[in-house]
Amino acid sequence: MEIKKPEIKSIPYGEFKDNESLEGLVKELNDNGVNVITGSLDQLVNWGRSNSLWSLTFATSCCGIEFMAVGCARYDFARFGFEVCRNSPRQADLIMCAGTITHKMAPVFKRLYDQMAEPKYVVAVGGCAISGGPFKSSYHVVKGIGEIVPVDVYVPGCPPRPEAILYGMMQLQRKIKVQKFFGGANRKEKKPIVVTDVPKDFNK
Amino acid sequence: MFDFSLITTWFDSLLRDTLGLGDFLSILIECVLVGVIILAAYAIIAIVLIFMERKVCAYFQCRLGPMRVGFWGLLQVPADVLKMLIKEIFFVDKADKLLYMIAPFLVLIGSVGAFAFLPWNKGAAVLDFNVGIFLLTAISSIGVVGVFLAGWSSNNKYSLVSAMRGAVQMISYEMSLCLCLISAVVLTGTMQLSGIVEAQGDAFGWLIFKGHIPAIIALVVFLIAGNAEANRGPFDLPEAESELTAGYHTEYSGMGFGYFYLAEYLNLFIIAGVAATVFLGGWMPLHIGVAQVDTVLDYIPGFFWFCGKTFLLVWILLWIKWTYPRLRIDQILKLEWKYLMPLALLNLVLMTVVAALGLHF
Amino acid sequence: MKLEHKIFDVKDFASEMAKLKTEKHFDFLVTIVGEDFGEEGLGCIYILENTGSHERTSVKVVASDRDKAYIPTVSHLWKGAEILEREVYDFFGIIFLGNKDMRRLYLRSDFKGYPFRKDFKAEEGYSLEDDNEPDYTMEYSLKQDGTLQATQHKLFTDDDYVINIGPQHPATHGVLRLQTILDGETIRKIYPHCGYIHRGVEKMCEEYTYPQTLALTDRLDYLSAMMNRHALCSVVEEAMGVELTDRIKYIRTIMDELQRLDSHLLFYGCCAQDLGALTAFIFGMRDREAVLNCMEETTGGRLIQNYYRIGGLQDDIDVNFVKNVKKLCEYIKPMFKEYDDVFTGNVILQNRFKGVGVLSKENAISYGCTGGTGRAAGWHNDVRKNHPYDMYGNVEFDEITYTEGDCFARYKVRLDEMRQSVRIIEQLIDNIPAGDFYIKQKPIIRVPEGQWYTSCEGSRGEIGVYLDSRGDKSPYRLKFRPMGLPLVSAMDEILRGEKIADLISVGATLDYVIPDIDR
Repeated sequence: MEIKKPEIKSIPYGEFKDNESLEGLVKELNDNGVNVITGSLDQLVNWGRSNSLWSLTFATSCCGIEFMAVGCARYDFARFGFEVCRNSPRQADLIMCAGTITHKMAPVFKRLYDQMAEPKYVVAVGGCAISGGPFKSSYHVVKGIGEIVPVDVYVPGCPPRPEAILYGMMQLQRKIKVQKFFGGANRKEKKPIVVTDVPKDFNK
Repeated sequence: MFDFSLITTWFDSLLRDTLGLGDFLSILIECVLVGVIILAAYAIIAIVLIFMERKVCAYFQCRLGPMRVGFWGLLQVPADVLKMLIKEIFFVDKADKLLYMIAPFLVLIGSVGAFAFLPWNKGAAVLDFNVGIFLLTAISSIGVVGVFLAGWSSNNKYSLVSAMRGAVQMISYEMSLCLCLISAVVLTGTMQLSGIVEAQGDAFGWLIFKGHIPAIIALVVFLIAGNAEANRGPFDLPEAESELTAGYHTEYSGMGFGYFYLAEYLNLFIIAGVAATVFLGGWMPLHIGVAQVDTVLDYIPGFFWFCGKTFLLVWILLWIKWTYPRLRIDQILKLEWKYLMPLALLNLVLMTVVAALGLHF
Repeated sequence: MKLEHKIFDVKDFASEMAKLKTEKHFDFLVTIVGEDFGEEGLGCIYILENTGSHERTSVKVVASDRDKAYIPTVSHLWKGAEILEREVYDFFGIIFLGNKDMRRLYLRSDFKGYPFRKDFKAEEGYSLEDDNEPDYTMEYSLKQDGTLQATQHKLFTDDDYVINIGPQHPATHGVLRLQTILDGETIRKIYPHCGYIHRGVEKMCEEYTYPQTLALTDRLDYLSAMMNRHALCSVVEEAMGVELTDRIKYIRTIMDELQRLDSHLLFYGCCAQDLGALTAFIFGMRDREAVLNCMEETTGGRLIQNYYRIGGLQDDIDVNFVKNVKKLCEYIKPMFKEYDDVFTGNVILQNRFKGVGVLSKENAISYGCTGGTGRAAGWHNDVRKNHPYDMYGNVEFDEITYTEGDCFARYKVRLDEMRQSVRIIEQLIDNIPAGDFYIKQKPIIRVPEGQWYTSCEGSRGEIGVYLDSRGDKSPYRLKFRPMGLPLVSAMDEILRGEKIADLISVGATLDYVIPDIDR
């Protein structure tokens, strides 16, 4: 059977950016051939997973307030199935890294990620989580959580608007919809790309 | 009045007479069937309740709640369940593996056991003993053990504090819970749940009408204590989210957590269901003493009466949960031991006086 | 305020400081600024206030030996000094003789070097291993022959039940970590651990030009973004002698109060959330959106506005600003009553808050707990009243004070302050005068040599900025007075003997924001 393009209800497909990479995943799945039974089961599983993303309440700084705003009356992410925020990493599906990760926080963040049960996803919210953001030149800030954990979706902004966070969550939903659960996962945790040949005085 | 025992006796005779099965086989088949029905009903009602809670709290909070998954968000909870079923389950290092594994089941057993007592309709009570109330309270208290073991075996400090809280709170509140039920028993003169319901069939025969003041007090105390027993806000201390992350089930993932989650909602339903059965007449329609009206009301099946009353009470409990802030552990215990239990005891005396002197309607 | 330091020698520093405290009644230690004076050595600047006359003074003390810098502690005079001295030790390596807790405060215990010294070279990389923290503290004293002697104090006894609340915990409002020793449900002792969001903002500022430093202030205490920036702009403007137009002053005052409204609404929401009343939480957040709408139209930002700049504002107010703010005032006033109905009047809330977490006035001053926390204890510490800036001298408003000092008083102070904010806004909004919204500055701003300290009333206390300029285009030392640090240091005192659930109510009503503490 053929895996379809990941759609989100009542939002035109073309409205989403970065469709190519998801189409790449679809193509990869289709090229390897998908069994009708496992394929349908996969779709069912992915439907469940993508519509029930419970995030861990993990906010270190500014973006956390915007994350709270997404959960409140005006933006209300409960509409899309992100209803429950779990405080225990064991029960969360998604870690929304909202804020700067410092050197002191890095081991804690890594441990939280390790404590989560599979399947787990990471959304990097805001400039600090993506690359260190405005604090890139600090002596105590991790330059992007991609160095520590594999990131699924990056939501830029400083802080991102709630609409942007919702959009990022939808992109994650779309990404989950083209996953393979039966017969080997297609999402492997890749090692982060470490650039070694950066000139020493790059930051200056 | 639709009597569900028509169906059960027909089915029994179908097995025995038409198919000619022996005692053993027919009882086995019936038991398995009833078990499956109970578990299915348990799961379905949990899903309904979770969905109801989300929508109700969303409307309290000027939100919409689940909207996108299925029409009006109707498929939201099935999606959650599906996801939880396939979520990884793991064991915590240095946890007490055996206890860690059986704890969720204990909670579930207590809750399913109590669930089986609910009389859904005339003749549709699964468990109906002559000491029904007694057994109901006994079975439902197994849940405490589960909560306590879950907290203890997780090898997590938050869980341990939460387990202590849970145990002390649930054991305390069982006291007033039982006292309230006993006052109902005093008035109706039976411990059998179906008997209690039958006793409420007169005109305005529901216990809160019949037993007037003491019965109303008993209902209110029962609901407060029941709310605490089910660990629902404002008594949700054991899993006080802002204090103890997720309380005694902090270390559970996937379905282990799912069982606790299910049991929490079902306990809510059971509390409301028992209150509806004992104080609001269960499946008994509201008879007002005018024969024509009563006949019309009798046409509505008891099942709807029961569910209507129960969900009304559930809704009231939800309303309370989403309005009130949480109490502190010493305040909770003070409330029980200093106010609720003495009140329930006095109420029992009052009820006895009312029943003995025939002061009820 | 341009600072004219009293300079004390290390030898008679302790006695001189005691004299200042007892004889001249400088009973409020505003902040301690550690500084690397280069050739001169390492030293500290103490900013003190007399809470009666609101007179301020500053004291400078320098330890000349960079490798073995020590200064006598003042933690016996001002309780808040203990944690401030730990901060200076952490950043500069200055040892405070007699301070009982000489551990690192922000950085990992295995961090090498002292980052705020001018000769610090940052090491690349970081560890993903857990920090192996010491379970003892060091206290240093001076021996007869002039060498330092260290004494160890154990943090825990063997049978202590220690719970780490945080760094990832819903009730700490971020990544604060409270190491709590419990006796059943009762709290015996709390050791706060900060630094999980320490981003080295002050150090970064030393490399940035003045306009660049502005970008970082909003991200300190994001709930008083306007006020933080206001304080930094003011200190630079004061140092350069920029005269602002009335229009700028009016707009800044209105924006500050809108920001206060925003912050206090969030405070109300978080109080409710921490206590488990989620509906009240969402009510607070719902109305916060209305406030944000007003600010957003002018500034373009929701949380971080980047609106003020040195010499004025980024842009003029939106054409609909006046109309919208008036609409907001009309909308929000009946809401205050709703909050009282939904949450304040609730009997459970009253039981959870009243008489819980009492901080006396003396302790509030001694720890330097400014803002609503201090005012709840009866300390008149409103910078808007004591050192009026912008339009605050010309508008009528009440400084809300209570005397109980418990959680309920802290909660009520904020709720009442919202009403006062609306009052201030209503007085100003109709009379915004015409004029420039920006006084043109040179492209490269150089501040004349000298030291300045200016403070504003933030949402949760006094936000002060200390600026030491050597005449360059970037500051030599820039220090923000954290509003939350004194609150965190007072937590142990407030909570000893209370229940663990009270930690939640105290944390909620102290209303700290962690990035402001850690900077």
